[in-house]
Amino acid sequence: MIRLQMEDFDTGAEINALHSMGSHIGAVVSFVGFVREFSDESRLDAIELEHYPQMTQKSLERIATEAKSRWNIERVIIIHRIGRLTPDEQIVFVGVASSHRSEAFSACEFVIDTLKTQAPFWKKECFSTGDQWVDAKLSDTSKSDRWKSN
Amino acid sequence: MRIKVCYFARLREKLGISDEIIDLPDNCGNISSVRAVLQKRDEIWQQAFASDQSVLSALNHEMVTSDHQLEAGDELAFFPPVTGG
Repeated sequence: MIRLQMEDFDTGAEINALHSMGSHIGAVVSFVGFVREFSDESRLDAIELEHYPQMTQKSLERIATEAKSRWNIERVIIIHRIGRLTPDEQIVFVGVASSHRSEAFSACEFVIDTLKTQAPFWKKECFSTGDQWVDAKLSDTSKSDRWKSN
Repeated sequence: MRIKVCYFARLREKLGISDEIIDLPDNCGNISSVRAVLQKRDEIWQQAFASDQSVLSALNHEMVTSDHQLEAGDELAFFPPVTGG
């Protein structure tokens, strides 16, 4: 299940939803990304998240489908917020339910690593001195690339 | 042939446009050719598309490489490397 929204989400409710799929679910692994207060050494006022509406949903669905084809997992939930977010707010939720933990751990990590290099979102950091687009990190590319050979 | 071209994030701000319809010669070919056409507009466009790594492309909402062929009615998007999550 994919959700793109401006409003916050309830991590506990999402984990319960993943677990409530049935008694065969033995593991739920989740990742939550937050807005940090500092970028380098500057205090952030907010971030603004832009996306490509016609492409984003499709791109996240493809990532979730690939995770399901690679690991024996039952369900994937991806929630990504858009718009203006302030420090400490939640940005993204990835949750995976499966019978056993190792599959859920790998799938969850694959989804967030791939989302970071493939899904059309762009962050702009807003400081009291002005705004600045965030540059893509090489470390994110290498984290995503390692799933290509595994 | 006509295609829609969209621009996002830093690129949209730099170019001052979010989307447009452009007319291309029927034999325009692939995405690289469109980039070459756009780069001829002025210095800002030339610089914006100068590096292959700093501008990614999506064709009809799928990320693709610049050698993809175009067809009339396509939606082509240019954007910087993504930074979500």
